[in-house]
Amino acid sequence: MTAVTIESRKPFSLPGWAATAAVLGVAYVGVPLLASNYVLEALLIPFLALSLAALGLNVLTGYAGMVSLGSAAFMAVGAYTAYNVALRLPGTPLPLVLAVAGFAAAAIGLLFGLPSLRLRGFYLAVSTLAAQFFVQWALTKFDWFSNGNSSGVIDTPPLSVFGIGFDGTIGRYLFALTVVTVITFLVHRLVISQTGRNFIAIRDNETAARVIGVPVLRTKLLAFGISSFIIGVAGVLWAFAYLRTVEPAGFNLDRSFQILFIIIIGGLASIRGAFFGAALIVVFPLVLSRLGSFLLGGLFDSGVLDMSQRIVLGALIIIFLIAEPDGLVALWDRFRRRVFPGT
Amino acid sequence: MGVERGAVAFEHWAYPHDLPLEAEADEGVSLPVDHEAIVAAHAISISFGGVKALSDVDLTVRAGQIHAIIGPNGAGKSSLLNVIGGLYQADHGTVSISGRRFRKVPTQRLARLGVARTFQNLALFKGLSVLDNVVTGRVSAARATFVENIIGLGRARREEESARAAALEIIGFLDLAEVKDRVAGTLPYGIQKRVELARALVSKPRLVLLDEPMAGMTATEKQEMAQFVKATRDSFGTTIILIEHDIGVVMGLSDRVAVLDYGRKIADGSPEEVQKDQAVIDAYLGVAHDGESQQEAA
Repeated sequence: MTAVTIESRKPFSLPGWAATAAVLGVAYVGVPLLASNYVLEALLIPFLALSLAALGLNVLTGYAGMVSLGSAAFMAVGAYTAYNVALRLPGTPLPLVLAVAGFAAAAIGLLFGLPSLRLRGFYLAVSTLAAQFFVQWALTKFDWFSNGNSSGVIDTPPLSVFGIGFDGTIGRYLFALTVVTVITFLVHRLVISQTGRNFIAIRDNETAARVIGVPVLRTKLLAFGISSFIIGVAGVLWAFAYLRTVEPAGFNLDRSFQILFIIIIGGLASIRGAFFGAALIVVFPLVLSRLGSFLLGGLFDSGVLDMSQRIVLGALIIIFLIAEPDGLVALWDRFRRRVFPGT
Repeated sequence: MGVERGAVAFEHWAYPHDLPLEAEADEGVSLPVDHEAIVAAHAISISFGGVKALSDVDLTVRAGQIHAIIGPNGAGKSSLLNVIGGLYQADHGTVSISGRRFRKVPTQRLARLGVARTFQNLALFKGLSVLDNVVTGRVSAARATFVENIIGLGRARREEESARAAALEIIGFLDLAEVKDRVAGTLPYGIQKRVELARALVSKPRLVLLDEPMAGMTATEKQEMAQFVKATRDSFGTTIILIEHDIGVVMGLSDRVAVLDYGRKIADGSPEEVQKDQAVIDAYLGVAHDGESQQEAA
């Protein structure tokens, strides 16, 4: 055998256990000790919620190859389901609330995933827009979902698991971190299994997958279900741990695009990609505003910030799509190999 | 191309006498006449937008044989294979696989019928490693649900282990061990073709359909691939239907050769018989038939 010159690279390698343990150690011990309330509230909690949503979308888009523009709708379904379960069935343990929210989002995801059995690519993406508009409309139109609030605004109840309150900033951070850690681990297990290989098989060659015996229709719906479940749970974190007061307009198409951009920039079909992309998306406006006011002073007001943010983000997406379709993860791996060869 | 449609007359004299025509079997009879036949296509016709790709083609393949289908470009080779593989539904005719007769072969059940195939253009899962591609070839044996797969114990674990063991065996057999952890899409073309063969063989099929397994290969790679195809039959007893452009390659490899030209079968027999067949020579050299002017021949 000749021509074995291209560097070998495992498709799903999470960093080894040591690296994962180190990251978790820092996240669980270092961050609560060192990070300020501002960093937790404004950066880390939204980072965790967005990472989880992006992880969910990556199952569908990155692994199974189906583009969805309905992520924010599935987040909203999760958030409003959790709110209603907590409101109407007081005393439901929080893990169960999360699970119910996830299953509700999965059910809506399956429903709007049905077109995937006949449509693909651009047409499927457009059909998932239906979820986006329908859910936002239903939550605004029927005030039952928001317990009678005419504009659909909800205030989430305090977080507590089996009597232990998670309501302080650090508590909400640890709660979000734990949910994200558990689900990330399960997704990791999923994508290295036959189910994960089936996802990639229908993404890379649907005909060959069918001939081999991959149950194509079932696998597509499964991807929609699992993806929406995770995004629904991310919606709960967004509402309960981060904002605590949410309205349907907060789950608009912009949010769906934001999550899609996270996985494009971070890296499709990569677990780490969701986290890398979310980190960039969360930190980037902050860096831009600091940099802008440092360079331009008073000229750089919030309107300019908003515009420049869109311009730079748009440019970044185009650059990544052309120059590094595998996203930040690929850049990171290349950097790591150069600096620490042999890892 | 200046070759005219004119081979009709040769169809029957070129047909070997030792094989009964499958058309003799009644529609109601479920077993083909020839019990050794693992696959029989009966009177297959198919057309695409008014262009007849196949007219009234029969093909009988016996268990354990390497049966080549050859013919010039556009002769209908791939169409015939895709009818047998269930990707196309024939306008007329039926296909029998292992004694079961179908109007349209069900693609989803192909693997369970013991049929695997490769494609003319590479159809690997480019984002998966070689090993994962081959393991996925065993998916029809997998029963574990995604929840069991996440937990990874019991049935899921046993299936994963046996799939990996089977995949590693085939990877060794096809000399792919060195590249087993490489992402399939990054490999050279010839190797990817071999990975696709491995993915087809890992489910231990009784019949493999190979659509131009040697297309685009160098002469050395073709020889190598031919040896692997032969070894597959010799080691596993797999019946193989293979399409090839190059008449030279299949002669040493095949037990039988069927020749298609303009959607009709013009010959079917041992390589020696086919090589001497005037209709085949005409089809390949593009000789004009009766009543055609010499200029039309290319």
